[in-house]
Amino acid sequence: MTQAINSTATKTQAKRGPQRFAAGRLIILSLAAGILLLPYIYMLGFSLKPADEIFAGGLSPIPEQFAGLSNYIGALDQEPLLRYLLNGVIVCAGILFFQLIFAVPCAYALAKFRFPGRGAMLGLVLFGLLIPIQATSLPIFIGLAQTGLTDSYTALIVPFISSVFAVFLFYQFFRTIPDELLDAARIDGCSEVSIMVRIVLPLTIPAATAFGIFSVVSHWNDLFWPLIVLRSPELSTPPLGILAFRSEEAGDSYGELMAGTVIITAPLVVAFLAAQRRFIEGISLGALKG
Amino acid sequence: MTALHSSPASDMQVRHRAFAAGRPKAPPHLSNALIGCGFVVPFVIAFSIFVLAPTAIVVVMSFTDWKLGEATVSFAGLANYEQLVSDRVPRISATNTILYALMVTPISVMLGLWLAVLVESSRLGRAFFRSACFLPVVSTTVAMAIVWEFLLHPTLGPVNSALLLAGLPAQRFLSDAALVLPTLAGIAIWENAGYTMVLFMAGLKSISSELYDAAAVDGADRPWERFWTVTLPLLGPTLVFVVIIMLLRSFRVFETVAALTGGGPRRASEVLLFTIYQEGFLFFQVGYASAITVVFVLFLLVLTLVSYRLMDRSVHYQ
Repeated sequence: MTQAINSTATKTQAKRGPQRFAAGRLIILSLAAGILLLPYIYMLGFSLKPADEIFAGGLSPIPEQFAGLSNYIGALDQEPLLRYLLNGVIVCAGILFFQLIFAVPCAYALAKFRFPGRGAMLGLVLFGLLIPIQATSLPIFIGLAQTGLTDSYTALIVPFISSVFAVFLFYQFFRTIPDELLDAARIDGCSEVSIMVRIVLPLTIPAATAFGIFSVVSHWNDLFWPLIVLRSPELSTPPLGILAFRSEEAGDSYGELMAGTVIITAPLVVAFLAAQRRFIEGISLGALKG
Repeated sequence: MTALHSSPASDMQVRHRAFAAGRPKAPPHLSNALIGCGFVVPFVIAFSIFVLAPTAIVVVMSFTDWKLGEATVSFAGLANYEQLVSDRVPRISATNTILYALMVTPISVMLGLWLAVLVESSRLGRAFFRSACFLPVVSTTVAMAIVWEFLLHPTLGPVNSALLLAGLPAQRFLSDAALVLPTLAGIAIWENAGYTMVLFMAGLKSISSELYDAAAVDGADRPWERFWTVTLPLLGPTLVFVVIIMLLRSFRVFETVAALTGGGPRRASEVLLFTIYQEGFLFFQVGYASAITVVFVLFLLVLTLVSYRLMDRSVHYQ
């Protein structure tokens, strides 16, 4: 009896404990989130400020006079930022398309068929996971240079089309699809290709979405490879484009430069805000690659 | 893809093991085997052209004296590797990269863990805080680096305005040799805290609430006590995983250096990938750059393999 009373006493205490800290926790979290978001607040604030206000210095991110319109129009006028975004879309879409086209059938075959060389293939995939793009970039660059393909969309897309990581992920995913499901379709007279297109691919959509987000975010943000292969400004991807804008700006007009960074960052940020859980899922999936 | 919702560390273990053990059950007939090969061949061809062959070539090139644009190439033995050891630049660059990783990794991991525990235990606004912390991860690094460059501007930047207001001297964060590396590390920590946080949150979800109740019965009911007695020990495998991911990420630092400092001032922010970029793609010292690449990749490889080992071992603790 006393034992029972004692244990309820501890329980209520334990419950009161967290409540005591809840308010403090909320304040600390808001402060931490505020500090992490501060660069965005300044980026937005300064993209709306007129030049003289920026050159006066100071702490406040809030513009006294609104110059947003002229900053954004000026940025778009000076630098083909929308073209850079379009380049980003073309390159990322191209990369993702080829990655899926090559990796999905391969992973499906590895997971569901037995054929000669399958074990070697699995080993190859594990080995490929260990090779970063930086290892292969010199030979690929020289190869592209010798075939005259540098400075093109092809050069931006082609090194990434065979994604071992995609094979790895889809292989794991296809293993979770029961063989009975596929056998039932075979008995119904489906061909292997139509099984893949009509049964397997629809099931793949969630996995493909997660991988797609990972792939698009990493290639959209990549600077290393575009910096190496591109010469023509009109082919610039978003990171390269904003870098060019910064050099031309040379400290004359920070308002326009900040407007430029807003335009360049906006697409991914908006996409993230629209599908937060999927983004977090997709990007933390990328951690498996190291 | 249900596996996505469990902790990334245990996920990795499961995948790793399944991968080694995996074999489909029913052997389909011959025509299926042919189809299987047909599905695999396109990938194998692309993989050979863009991964296997270049990897082999870079190793071979590292033993030659090739400079792009010169007609003759000859075998140079270990000359590139000897130069790599004796040259000043690769040594500075390696030191900087390691220093940078040693600043970024522990702080982002601790900050991420701290944020994860706070956000996970907060009933109010969990989704908001998680997204706010994660925002820097999805933002284009180069664009945000330019924002940081402005924030840290010696005369116009708000950071220096704040320093002056607090009665402290203004700093030239990106052009002071003593400050540049910690400043770049700070930007990376800002960018990665939300990333490690999300990885830890996945690990935290797998800890049963009964364990916290049990700890409370034993008298550990303050957040700090709960953290030490339950959270941290059970988060062990995730912690190892996150530390290694962060080491690998920070060894590959390139964007902020290329965008903000170009390795300067006086090579104070020269890092390995930037050295490879300069030697290989600006000076076209193909042989030499290949040697640096080989050493760099070997280094990452060893780190990754050690991480697999550690993770395989930590399975038994769960």
